[in-house]
Amino acid sequence: MFDLWEKAVDALVYGYFGMDKETAMGSALHFFIFDTVKIYILLVLIIFTITLLRTYFNTDKVRIYLQGKSEFTGNILAALFGIITPFCSCSAIPLFLGFMQARIPLGITFSFLISSPMNNEIAIALLFGLFGWKITALYIGFGLLVAILGGFIVGKLGMEKYVLIPVVPMSGDLEDVEIKMTMKKRAKESWAYTLDILQKIYLYVMIGVGIGAFIHGYVPTDFIVKYAGSNTWYSVPLAVILGVPMYSNAAGVMPLIEVLTSKGMLLGTALSFMMAITALSLPEAMILKRILHVKLIATFFGIVALGIMGIGYLFNAIL
Amino acid sequence: MKIEILGTGCSKCQALMQATKDAVAASGKFAQIEKVEDIMQIMQYGVTSTPALVVDGVVKSSGKVLSAQEIVALLS
Repeated sequence: MFDLWEKAVDALVYGYFGMDKETAMGSALHFFIFDTVKIYILLVLIIFTITLLRTYFNTDKVRIYLQGKSEFTGNILAALFGIITPFCSCSAIPLFLGFMQARIPLGITFSFLISSPMNNEIAIALLFGLFGWKITALYIGFGLLVAILGGFIVGKLGMEKYVLIPVVPMSGDLEDVEIKMTMKKRAKESWAYTLDILQKIYLYVMIGVGIGAFIHGYVPTDFIVKYAGSNTWYSVPLAVILGVPMYSNAAGVMPLIEVLTSKGMLLGTALSFMMAITALSLPEAMILKRILHVKLIATFFGIVALGIMGIGYLFNAIL
Repeated sequence: MKIEILGTGCSKCQALMQATKDAVAASGKFAQIEKVEDIMQIMQYGVTSTPALVVDGVVKSSGKVLSAQEIVALLS
């Protein structure tokens, strides 16, 4: 898809600038120009597509569809809905309580709460742009597995008493409402949203790719293999711990992980790292603390962290 | 007319508040704008995502920062 663009950058860097392909400077510059533009294009395409799909869905609709679903089926549906529903950690509380009002079991709510931020449009767009569709599919597939099983386990633990706010369940069933909008308006809204997101993250992407380009050109492979490539037992948990505080910077960190992987970091460790960045977010935990007992939040984080680490070890072992 | 902005105080809620003020000013209508930050009160409207815009007790939009132009259309 980007062959033509690669040829253009080849011509620019090696031809017009007269740089040598073999030098660190030449290959770093080539990498930087090629990657930033490629990622920006993919970000625009993918975010726009996902946002457009989302104009047909919102959390109100998800709640309607999840109401009255049995466990497990509900967990699976909730995790799937997480892909196409927008989620902002500032909405975590109304979402959580709103689901409880509709008598949706705690475990199913958690499946949604794990899947939604994990499968956010920025992460998916970056993964696709940097790693290709195979890794993106693995990420989404195993992310869904963590969300389904994680939510299911939380549900089985019977932790309803750790919800600190009394929720009055609503009587009766919610009625489905269609989101009425013209196609033109949906497209317009999605485009505005796409530009808004791009504006927020373009600098992070550029910095991330910039540092990545530097590593690509200057840091020897041995150095990275030594610290992140070996199959030592602690590399996966370390990746998860490092991922927790990075939620807001996913856009800048992902390009780095790509370079580290191409330089020898194991794929399982990389997957764990990426999932920890998106699924375990400190700001979200702080917000949920207002309505949930610390014990419940710790259980939620613990189960997700264990699941993510399991995936990391699994992939390091089989790939 | 009474307009309520539901939200627990994130930046998006403030953006919606500002857009609503602009919309009311532009429409020339007389409206009382109130910010609802108490989570129990927000839940009574049955919304699952914030910020939400409520006009005379009816939820008009949730989970979105509307533009002033869109709000003007909702008010008339």
